[in-house]
Amino acid sequence: MHSFWAVFKRELKSYFTTPIAYVFLVIFLFFSGYLTFKQGFFEMRQADMRAFFMNLPLLFVFMVPSAAMRLWAEERRVGSIELLFTLPITVTQAVLGKFFAAWLFLAIALVLTFPMPITVCYLGDPDIGLIITGYLGSLLMAGGFLAIGCFFSVVSKNQVISFVLSVVACAVLVFAGRPTTLNYLSTFFPAGLVSAIETMSFQTHFESIQKGVLEFKDLSYFVLLIVGWIAASSIVLDERKAS
Amino acid sequence: MISVKELRRSFGPLVAVDGISFDVEKGQVLGLLGPNGAGKTTAMRMLACFLKPDSGTATVCGYDVLKNSVEVRRLLGYLAENSPAYNEMTVGGFLEFVCDVRQVKGKDRKQALDRVVPMCSIESVYHQTIETLSKGYRRRVGLAQALIHDPDVLILDEPTDGLDPNQKHEVRELISGMAKDKCIIVSTHILEEVEAVCSRTIIISRGRILVDSTPKKLKEKYKCSLDEVFRKITKTKVA
Repeated sequence: MHSFWAVFKRELKSYFTTPIAYVFLVIFLFFSGYLTFKQGFFEMRQADMRAFFMNLPLLFVFMVPSAAMRLWAEERRVGSIELLFTLPITVTQAVLGKFFAAWLFLAIALVLTFPMPITVCYLGDPDIGLIITGYLGSLLMAGGFLAIGCFFSVVSKNQVISFVLSVVACAVLVFAGRPTTLNYLSTFFPAGLVSAIETMSFQTHFESIQKGVLEFKDLSYFVLLIVGWIAASSIVLDERKAS
Repeated sequence: MISVKELRRSFGPLVAVDGISFDVEKGQVLGLLGPNGAGKTTAMRMLACFLKPDSGTATVCGYDVLKNSVEVRRLLGYLAENSPAYNEMTVGGFLEFVCDVRQVKGKDRKQALDRVVPMCSIESVYHQTIETLSKGYRRRVGLAQALIHDPDVLILDEPTDGLDPNQKHEVRELISGMAKDKCIIVSTHILEEVEAVCSRTIIISRGRILVDSTPKKLKEKYKCSLDEVFRKITKTKVA
C-alpha cells in the first residue's frame, strides 16, 4: 500500500512541478466556459448546467488523453521505468497509483469550474441534485477516458502516438452514441446491433447520469470500463516494461 | 548471497545471456567484465527483477527473482546503466520518493539522508532539479538512491561511467569501504577499476562466462597486465 501512495504522491506532484498542470487547467477552464456560453447559456433562460455538461464529452476527448499520454510513455522513453520497477513496487500498484493521481488531477480541474454552478445559483434556483449528478457523471467519464489513455500510453513509447490513438478510441466511444451516427447505422444494421452499439457508448450513459438518474447499469458501465482498461494496461505493461 | 544458475535470456534471435551460473558471497566484490554487448547489463537487469529470464533461476538472499521479486527488490540496491531518475524532481524530492517506496520513515529517513548525501557528495546539488545535473552528479544521485536503505546486496552497472578521475577514485573508495559487510556486483569495462575494487572477476562475452577468477590470479597466469589478459580472452575464445 505504501508503494501505491508513494507513486500516487509523486505523480500528482509531477503535474504541478511541470507546466503541464497549468497549461492544461487554463485551456480546459477556458474552453469549458467558452463552449457553455457559445451554446447559448443565457439564451436558454434556464438555471441549469446542461449547456456546460453537454460539451464535456467532446472536450474530454481531447483533454483527457493529453493528460494521460505521458503516464507511461514518458517513463519508458526516459528510462525511469527501470528505476521504478527495480524498487519494491508491483506493476498493479504502479498502474493504480498513476491512474488515481491523474484522476484526482482531472477532479481538481472539474472542481475549478466552480464559478459555473455559482453563476447558475446566483441567477436562478437550479436543481442542486442535478448539478451533483452531472459532476459525478463527468468524473466517471473522465476516469473512463483516462483508463483508455493510460492503456495507449503503455502501448507506445511515443507520446504523440499514444495521444492520437487514445483520442481516436475515446472519440469512437463518444460518437457511437450520437443520434446522427445511430440514425446512419440503423439504415443498414439490424436494430439489435444498433442498440448494442448505443449501450457501448459513453454518450448514452453519461447523458442518463447527467439527467439525474443514477442507475446501476450506468455506474457499472463506467466501473467495468475503467477496471477493464486498467487491467489491460497492467498486463501489457508487465510484458513490455523492459522493451 | 547471490546465486545464479543457468540464467538465459534472448531478445528475438539474439541470445544476450546464454546460461550463466555463479555465486557471490558476503564480503565479495564481483567485477563483471566484458566487451560492449556481452550481456552484462541484461544479466544485472535479471538479478534486479527488471527483466524476466527465459530459463534458469537466480536467488538473492534466498529469494527467487521470479517468485519473490518484491522481496528481492526490497533487499537490493540497484544502480542502472544510465542512472534513470525523474528529471523534473529535485535531488532531495527524488530521494524522499525512494524513501517513501522503501519505507524508510521518520528518524531513520533523516539518518539515511544524512549518511548517504555526504557519502555521495551531492550536498551542493540537493535542491537542484535532476535534469540540470551533469552526468557525474546524476550518477552519484543514482548511487545515493541505491544506498539509501543500506542494502546488503548491491548491483551497480558501470558505477563510475561519466565521472571525472577524482570522482572515480571516490566511488571506488566508497565501494571498497563497503565491501567487507556487503555483497557487491559491479559491471565495468574499465580494467583498472577491477584491479582497484574487485576481489573476484568474471569475464563474459556473447552471454557466456569465459573466466571466473581473481584479478591477481589472472595476471599471474597470463603474466601480463589485465588489459592484455582481457584482450586475449575475449578475442581468442569468442572467435
